[in-house]
Amino acid sequence: MHGGVPRGFQLDTSGVSRRGFLKVCTAAAAAVGLPASAAEKMAEKVASGKKPSVVWLHFQECTGCTESLLRTGHPDVGELILDLISLDYHETLAAAAGHQIEDVLKETVEKQKGKYICIVEGAIPTKEKGIYCKIGDRTAVDILTDVGGKAGAVIAIGSCASWGGIPSADPNPTGAVGAPEILKGKAVVTLPGCPANPYNLLGTALQYATFGTLPKLDEKGRPMFAYARTIHEDCARRPHFDAGRFAQKYGDEGHRQGHCLYKLGCKGPGTHANCSLLHFGEVVGAWPVGIGHPCFGCTEKGIGFTMPLHSTIDIPAPTSPGTYPPVVAEHGGVSALATGVGGVVLGALAGAGVMATRKLGAEGETEKKGE
Amino acid sequence: MSSVARPVGGKFLTPVTWFFIVLALIGGAFTLARFVFGLGATTAMSDGYPWGLWIAFDVVTGTALACGGYSVAILAYVFNKGKYHPLVRPAVLTSALGYSVAAVAIIIDVGRYWNIWKIPVRVDKWNLNSGLLEVALCVMSYVFVLWIEISPVFMERFKESGHGVLARLSTAILPVLEKVLPFILALGILLPTMHQSSLGSLYLIAWPKLHLLWHTPLLPLLYIISVVGMGYAVVVFEATFSSRVYRRERETAILGSIGNVTAWLTLVYLAIRIVDIALRGRLGLVFRFDGYGLLFLLEFASFLAAAVVLIGRKARVSPATQVGGALLMMWAGSLYRFDTYLVAYRPGPGWSYFPSVGEQAITIGLVALEVLVYVYFVKRFPILSGAPSASASR
Amino acid sequence: MTVTRRSALKVIAGAGAACAATALPAPAEGRERRKPGPDDVGLLYDATLCVGCRACVRKCKEANGLPPDRRELQGAVYDAPDDLNAQTKNIIRLHVEGNTTSYVKGGCMHCTDPACVSVCMVGALHKSKGGIVAYDKDLCVGCRYCQLACPFNVPKFEWAKAFPLIVKCELCRDRKEGPACAEVCPRGAIEYGKVTALREEARRRLAAEPKKYNGKVYGESEVGGTHVMYLAAVPFEKLGLPQLPSEPVPELSETISHGIYKGFIAPVVLWSALAVTIWRNRKKGAEGEEKP
Repeated sequence: MHGGVPRGFQLDTSGVSRRGFLKVCTAAAAAVGLPASAAEKMAEKVASGKKPSVVWLHFQECTGCTESLLRTGHPDVGELILDLISLDYHETLAAAAGHQIEDVLKETVEKQKGKYICIVEGAIPTKEKGIYCKIGDRTAVDILTDVGGKAGAVIAIGSCASWGGIPSADPNPTGAVGAPEILKGKAVVTLPGCPANPYNLLGTALQYATFGTLPKLDEKGRPMFAYARTIHEDCARRPHFDAGRFAQKYGDEGHRQGHCLYKLGCKGPGTHANCSLLHFGEVVGAWPVGIGHPCFGCTEKGIGFTMPLHSTIDIPAPTSPGTYPPVVAEHGGVSALATGVGGVVLGALAGAGVMATRKLGAEGETEKKGE
Repeated sequence: MSSVARPVGGKFLTPVTWFFIVLALIGGAFTLARFVFGLGATTAMSDGYPWGLWIAFDVVTGTALACGGYSVAILAYVFNKGKYHPLVRPAVLTSALGYSVAAVAIIIDVGRYWNIWKIPVRVDKWNLNSGLLEVALCVMSYVFVLWIEISPVFMERFKESGHGVLARLSTAILPVLEKVLPFILALGILLPTMHQSSLGSLYLIAWPKLHLLWHTPLLPLLYIISVVGMGYAVVVFEATFSSRVYRRERETAILGSIGNVTAWLTLVYLAIRIVDIALRGRLGLVFRFDGYGLLFLLEFASFLAAAVVLIGRKARVSPATQVGGALLMMWAGSLYRFDTYLVAYRPGPGWSYFPSVGEQAITIGLVALEVLVYVYFVKRFPILSGAPSASASR
Repeated sequence: MTVTRRSALKVIAGAGAACAATALPAPAEGRERRKPGPDDVGLLYDATLCVGCRACVRKCKEANGLPPDRRELQGAVYDAPDDLNAQTKNIIRLHVEGNTTSYVKGGCMHCTDPACVSVCMVGALHKSKGGIVAYDKDLCVGCRYCQLACPFNVPKFEWAKAFPLIVKCELCRDRKEGPACAEVCPRGAIEYGKVTALREEARRRLAAEPKKYNGKVYGESEVGGTHVMYLAAVPFEKLGLPQLPSEPVPELSETISHGIYKGFIAPVVLWSALAVTIWRNRKKGAEGEEKP
């Protein structure tokens, strides 16, 4: 490989060769769907000392999104946070704590203003001036407004940060909302999911870090490469849905055969996410439907943590079933009521006609007799 | 026997008219539903049966029954039989009302009624191959002509009453109208000849779907012959009705001779029909004893019965016989039209049709409205002739 | 002049003869049989290549902005039209007979000499560029005569709407990529091109693999030829494609109506004769009472 990497370049910390490092970048780029040229660019940026700064905020969250990121292998998370980005603030992973780490945050926000990536995990409570989540004596609202407001890009990871998630479930006692609601007016990339698919984050963050651009987003700020399609559209069990083969109860014959889980309450038809394509924990088949549990729509506001797990969802965009219309289609019958009414009317007219004729005939007879 | 036309007079709102008012109101309600919710919600028409009761009855049969004015005009003005003159006014009124009702039915039936004005106006877009264009333009013109033909009735009344503007206008227009009347009357005979035959021609194009006992290139001819008979039948029926209800002298002899003409026309119709079928080698279909063969036989029998009744000696003198024959004639002509337009029309398997309650209600409502207007006009304007019969004691 | 039986009969017989003479269909010399123009386009559907994937049905709905036909089957909701209708301009039907199956596409045949165009009063349905049978909603009155006239029962009507349209395939005439169905078919079962070229291709296929097909190209001559044509292994009537003669549907009706109304001469003559007769009769009447 040739390219802008200076000769004799070596990473100090890990003693990784230039070749090895490029391998990492290539793997990262490939894993998240960036073009091959991204690998070189990434390596360039790192070599020129321009590892993008990332500030990761935690609010009302379970840290599940971080945990799921920690279980990625392509790139290896160690490689990611040590070689490809500069993770300047992360409450779980940082070695420092307390005042020290808060100072780092302050410094990063000032020095890298407009350049760092701000990743938000967890919902932001708004009731009673946001006192339900405070870090370093600042409310989540204030932190986000400050740190998120000054960031070059804001990425909300997980449903909680995207639209409120679990904390926002009815009755939402803390007034939890997602990051876009706090940072109104600023473009926020949302990566809903519970947890979000970590590769969606990697793809977005690495694209921004390498090219300075964000992937194409939908009207909710979700990258279209991951959220444009519903679970239903790409589900491996779709042929069963189309053919009408459903599991009716857990453990019944249909369930054992791996049939469609729609009747068990699968929210796939309304849920935009790529879980059906990119499974969890990098284990093929490890996703809810894959292990026999219906999707509950964790990425979709209005479905996840809102609709009951086992209630059936409407199909917003129906498609063809496994059956076909016949060459000659039956087009409904005739209304019994209408036929009845019609019969009565015709009968009445006929009767009136007969009566009229008879009456005239009788009159004619009496007239004749009278003459 | 007086042959001057006079208003019948009397109250308009009677138990009978109230009955028709209720029917008209029910029809009106369904009409509103049709415009608000669309044709699918109120009718049983479908992609297989795009034309239903409203076309088959209100338009085709309705205008045929409204051809009394046409039929009587031919006798009175072309064959110049003055004795038929007393029948002209009520016949023309019935025609004017009948055609107006048909026009309303069309407006209710078509899906994009707001574009109707384009038919007479967008001459640049006229498709001269379309029989329906001819029917539409002809019917629009004929409605106009009919109201002009009946207008002297109103103008005479206005002139008499001396009511300011209307009286003066009437006094001015009447003599002018008198002068141009031959041209208008000629139109009044030409236009129905054209469109009543065209109503038969409309189904020429349906040869892939119309049963062979009904489809023939002679459809226009069969329709024009049968319509003349139906027109006469309506005149007989209506003259009898008016004479009884409004105590006018009944012109039995005249009606008898009209009936006679009807009968002979009907025999000609039957002759053409059966010879045409035989020449095309379709006689076998008549005696197949499937639904269509039996239906054809029913039609044939109906026309034949009407002709036989109206041709006999009794038909010259007996009102009962005349009315019976007229009813048979109306039934036969209507049946023929229903059969062509609906029953013998086969769009293919999977489709069926019977008019919905809404369609029936609107049809009945329109007829009721027509009756109400007729009664009103007859009571207030000089339409019916003949002095009140001395023998009327009821 | 009295109306005797005799005189009435004379008149009627005369009229009848006149009508019959003009009503008898003149041989087609009066109305030429049309051929597809050199630039006329159409579709060739080969049922032997179709696998029933229905990508064409989906794409047609998408390209035309048509909503799904929501039907509950098997406990779930599907887009399952059972026929062409106001939301479905293209459909794939299945024919099964014993061990034989065949799919068949349904939609407007885009006839060379269409019945619907012939009957449409103000030309809302008209032949457009490329011989496509196109619909202009601004002229349409919603009379539905086109539905009556079409031998294939193609035009559908929006019965459920208060402001309804006639709905049928228009070969995606406003779409720059051309018909969506042909574009998306993964098996090449639907081919789009010039009618003349498609007919040659159809003939070529029949000659190359005669055992594969039923020996005919549907649409070559039926009702004067259609621009959407079919090849199949199964007899066409079994696929819902009716056996029709080569006579164009409007030939009879147009020959008769033009025969009767040619140059509008007959109506004018009749009107003049009537006007003169009536005028004379009225004059006679004014001059003296005639006997009743």
